[in-house]
Amino acid sequence: MSRIAAKFAELKRQGRGALIPFLEAWDPDQATSMALLRGMPEAGADLIEIGMPFTDPMADGPIIQAAGKRGLAAGVKVRDVLTMVRAFRVADNETPVVLMGYLNPILSYGPERFCVDAAAAGVDGLIIVDLPTEEADLLLPFSNANGLDFIRLIAPTTDDERLPHVLNGSSGFVYYVSITGITGTRSASAEHLAAAIPRIRKATDLPIAIGFGVRTPEQAGSASRIADAAVVASALIDTLSANLDPNGKALSGAVEKVLDQVRGLAAAVRGHTSAQTDGAIAR
Amino acid sequence: MNTPVAPPTGANSLRTGPNERGRFGEFGGRFVAETLMPLILEVERAYNAAKADPGFDADLKHHLTHYVGRPSPLWFAERLTKHLGGAKVYFKRDELNHTGSHKANNCMGQILLARRMGKTRIIAETGAGQHGVATATMCALFGLPCTVYMGATDVERQAPNVFRMKLLGAEVKAVTSGPATLKDAMNEAMRDWVANVTDTYYLIGTVAGPHPYPMMVRDFQSVIGEEAKVQMQEAEGRLPDAAVACIGGGSNAMGLFHPFLDDTSVRLIGVEAGGHGIETKEHAASLTGGRPGVLHGNRTYLLQDDDGQILEGHSISAGLDYPGIGPEHSWLHDIGRVEYVSATDQEALAAFQLCTRTEGIIPALEPAHALAYVTKLAPTMDKDQIILMNLCGRGDKDIFAVAEHLGVKL
Repeated sequence: MSRIAAKFAELKRQGRGALIPFLEAWDPDQATSMALLRGMPEAGADLIEIGMPFTDPMADGPIIQAAGKRGLAAGVKVRDVLTMVRAFRVADNETPVVLMGYLNPILSYGPERFCVDAAAAGVDGLIIVDLPTEEADLLLPFSNANGLDFIRLIAPTTDDERLPHVLNGSSGFVYYVSITGITGTRSASAEHLAAAIPRIRKATDLPIAIGFGVRTPEQAGSASRIADAAVVASALIDTLSANLDPNGKALSGAVEKVLDQVRGLAAAVRGHTSAQTDGAIAR
Repeated sequence: MNTPVAPPTGANSLRTGPNERGRFGEFGGRFVAETLMPLILEVERAYNAAKADPGFDADLKHHLTHYVGRPSPLWFAERLTKHLGGAKVYFKRDELNHTGSHKANNCMGQILLARRMGKTRIIAETGAGQHGVATATMCALFGLPCTVYMGATDVERQAPNVFRMKLLGAEVKAVTSGPATLKDAMNEAMRDWVANVTDTYYLIGTVAGPHPYPMMVRDFQSVIGEEAKVQMQEAEGRLPDAAVACIGGGSNAMGLFHPFLDDTSVRLIGVEAGGHGIETKEHAASLTGGRPGVLHGNRTYLLQDDDGQILEGHSISAGLDYPGIGPEHSWLHDIGRVEYVSATDQEALAAFQLCTRTEGIIPALEPAHALAYVTKLAPTMDKDQIILMNLCGRGDKDIFAVAEHLGVKL
């Protein structure tokens, strides 16, 4: 069983959903993002999503755009992202790690070589924003051959007729982009999610993660109960970027502040807070 | 006679692409986020339906004739020809279109499609501002709200066009991400589209982007080559020996070349922006200096580093400094049907001045690149040979930039 499947099976036994925090590789430098990655499982991350910086992140809002820019300015390359995961796996062989990025750097690296190297480094799944099902054959044979889950994105614009097509051959989990929009801008309404998630459930048995617009512990707790997991990205990067000095270096305590925020999100997902406001995803 | 020549459908034709996946050979495709995928498919369905509807064609022809001002003339540039001392040079005068460039052809086609689709808001990206002005113009004509994304760098160097767009009622949003030029404007337009999926139509200005845009924009621009083919027959009783056009994304070139693709006697030459020179790496010549990758929804030649990060293009012309190129050009390059060359900033500036003084036509800096190559090519050809060049835009917008490069204070 893959790490992703094992993790969701375990959480199902525990009767709760997953928290998937996000970090951008080498934002603002290698050491800081490595410290974040290493600290996340203990802070309550069930799975971890690592962003692979790209110069032209078309689905991302200003917050993640800036994070990617910092990573690129620090000199991160595709191989360095894989090196991060390899280093992480020395001490953690359980927490699933998913890479999120855009196609061109992977094409440049070579799709097959990328999948071989990613699997060897300990990556569990891939989310490629600009690789829709229509073009998936560019990567799918290689991700399948190397046991990597190719995680599909479902959007509010994906209608019932299209759902089975998009989900065909998917594995790991399904990522529901809960808003029509870019990352870090707005949040989905509870009514929207209450209608959207059952619609996707009818089309797949895979766990469903909600991403885009999940910022607060309340929203994360609620999303993890309506679906099976909550992805939190821009809110964490906001905290990190607020703790950088004018030269873009992380201030002391920056990593701890982000991890504290992960702890708060994790507590809500585990139902340990008073914020049991099911359904109140957004205001 | 302006009747377009019917496109051939034979298996040996180079004009049958793209395939059902939107591919020209291995180039093109639909590399967009899932949120946009259903929209792209909707545009494709709507465009195919419009294409099959004689009413749509009649409506488009009516607007092209009476509003855009087609057909554009074919002009024998006699003084320039004498000056160069070789092949006869003809200009296809698409700078005489309403709004001053070939961009009007595509904007008129797409805005009629958007109206047919019931869309109530138009967005566009622009580099030099020519596509932005053409889009803002059509939006004013049809009373549709319009938002144009333009890199902050371009907003600065194309101030007259920014003012024109605002006069026409468009909202111009300066994009500050990345190097703040055309590619960043396109990123931002796509982000807008993702956030406004129900009412908004994205009017892409060149033969790039996800399928069906490269095909659709090519079809709307092919009026250039269709007309020129007929006009050449009238003027000379034969086809030209070479057809030359400048290339940024490549829409004016695709429009000129496409009707000639199966006429093997016609050399087709695309001129990319050589900037400070290909060897300096400060250029926008994707085919000459790039390699295949995926950006803005299609697989094509791109300027990129060893790790697949997109590089900034450079050109004196804001309309050419795009790090990619339309996918059909990438295919035509690889199969060798079209020759792709480049002209530097300095060569374009010289051609700009030459054209102004010998023909009394101030060309845009974009076609000045095509002309720069013509000035090299014509003297190597016989006097009874013919070069057809697409003069795709007028240079009023560029006089400030040119003055600055010539050290003149206005």
